[in-house]
Amino acid sequence: MTVRAFEYVRADDVGAAVAMVSADPAAQYLAGGTTQVDLMLKDGILEPERVVDITRLPLRGITADDRTLRVGALTTMEELAADPTVAGRLPFVRAALLAGASTQLRNMATIGGNLLQRTRCRYFRDPTVPDCNKRTPSTGCAAITGAGARMHAILGAGETCIALHASDLCVPLVALDTVVRVRGIEGERRIPLTEFYVLPGDRPDIETVLRHGDLVTGIEIPLPPAATRSGYLKVRDRASYEFALVSVAAALTVQGGTVTEARLGLGGVGTIPWRARAAEQILTGAPATVQTYRAAAEAELRDPFTVPGTAFKPELARRTIVRALAELGGGEA
Amino acid sequence: MSQDPHHPPPDPGTVRLTLSVNGAEHELRLDSRVTLLDALRDELGLYGTKKGCDQGACGACTVLVDDRRVLSCLTLAAQCEGRQVSTIEGLSADGRLHPLQEAFLRHDGFQCGYCTPGQIMSAVALLREGRTGTDDEIREFMSGNICRCGAYPNIVAAIREVAGEGAR
Repeated sequence: MTVRAFEYVRADDVGAAVAMVSADPAAQYLAGGTTQVDLMLKDGILEPERVVDITRLPLRGITADDRTLRVGALTTMEELAADPTVAGRLPFVRAALLAGASTQLRNMATIGGNLLQRTRCRYFRDPTVPDCNKRTPSTGCAAITGAGARMHAILGAGETCIALHASDLCVPLVALDTVVRVRGIEGERRIPLTEFYVLPGDRPDIETVLRHGDLVTGIEIPLPPAATRSGYLKVRDRASYEFALVSVAAALTVQGGTVTEARLGLGGVGTIPWRARAAEQILTGAPATVQTYRAAAEAELRDPFTVPGTAFKPELARRTIVRALAELGGGEA
Repeated sequence: MSQDPHHPPPDPGTVRLTLSVNGAEHELRLDSRVTLLDALRDELGLYGTKKGCDQGACGACTVLVDDRRVLSCLTLAAQCEGRQVSTIEGLSADGRLHPLQEAFLRHDGFQCGYCTPGQIMSAVALLREGRTGTDDEIREFMSGNICRCGAYPNIVAAIREVAGEGAR
């Protein structure tokens, strides 16, 4: 495969980097590279003419106060997993981080890059497959007609695209109402993670609300109340170093047998990191029982979009939700 | 190698850099697309680091950059300027193998040997990370290194032995 040559530029300054990439449609940022270098050099799916290495920018580090954990975009997954506040107050974020990839990849991959990782859809990544609406709009979707769809989405999916957002980390982050800090040529803005991603619709190539040249500079994670119990349950084909078939990030506050607050995110099933609001609605104010958890799971999986290869997923998702909630909230009959 | 965006070098498809590998510095002029793995093997003749899948799935190319284990196949060489790269060739000292290398020999921690340099570099980092408390912990945090011969029990035994020596 011939891979297009590119100019490599190392950025020293956030503003200059944003200005350079914003002004050049053929330029891309590069940080950890764990999803981008393979798409550039191995698959030939990304073809930047200029690569702006942002890894030396001062966007690294973690600070916390009583209410919020602030994480620089260039903090690695391993660094975030090792943070004492994450271990103490956000155990399901730590669990999700360590359930993802391998130590080698977690030493490379940054938090900003994790948010913006590209789908692992094998059809998207195969340049010999011409029909991919995510690569080129209106060319069709080989995943829907192909026999190999399995690690694909059933929520937020449709006839145009079933590509999965494969992040583990984003599952608890979206449940926690994490905020993304973004620097653009017009300045800084804060975007809730729940509004950061765009469903595929008729333009699966548009994945986030970011404009070209926007740079994720960090995230802000609200810390849950001390009484909250949280967990991350990941179901996969092998015990380690594998993407999720289904994962559940749940944070429950139960008082006197009643769920007073519920936060639920789903992985392995959505075209975007999935906030399970329908399930949360059922849970909130309801008795902490398996019956409630089943009703919540049913509500969230009411209308999945499946292909033969993903037909097993709705039921797997329901059961995983019930198990995750029962482990946190009790209520086993 | 910071470049003034307004004055790019004559050939924008190449980079000049100093690569520090196992304590030795190398002045290189490379195509920007060259990965750390290809620079080590093709430019520096350090063939110990292996190219397995070349797409971040197998761990055969594991090296240390600033003492952290990373995949050299997904790292651009240009990104390593000013970093300390450590490969399997740098492990032995004064003609003596690293304790992990000796333990892999003793426990037969390989069959074909292709994944072995990556396994050992990964295990060197694992020991520093302190993730050798139980066999399950060793397996979990070595899961990024695939062995298609299936030498896993012996690999775990080799690591466990060296970890135990360190604890004594």
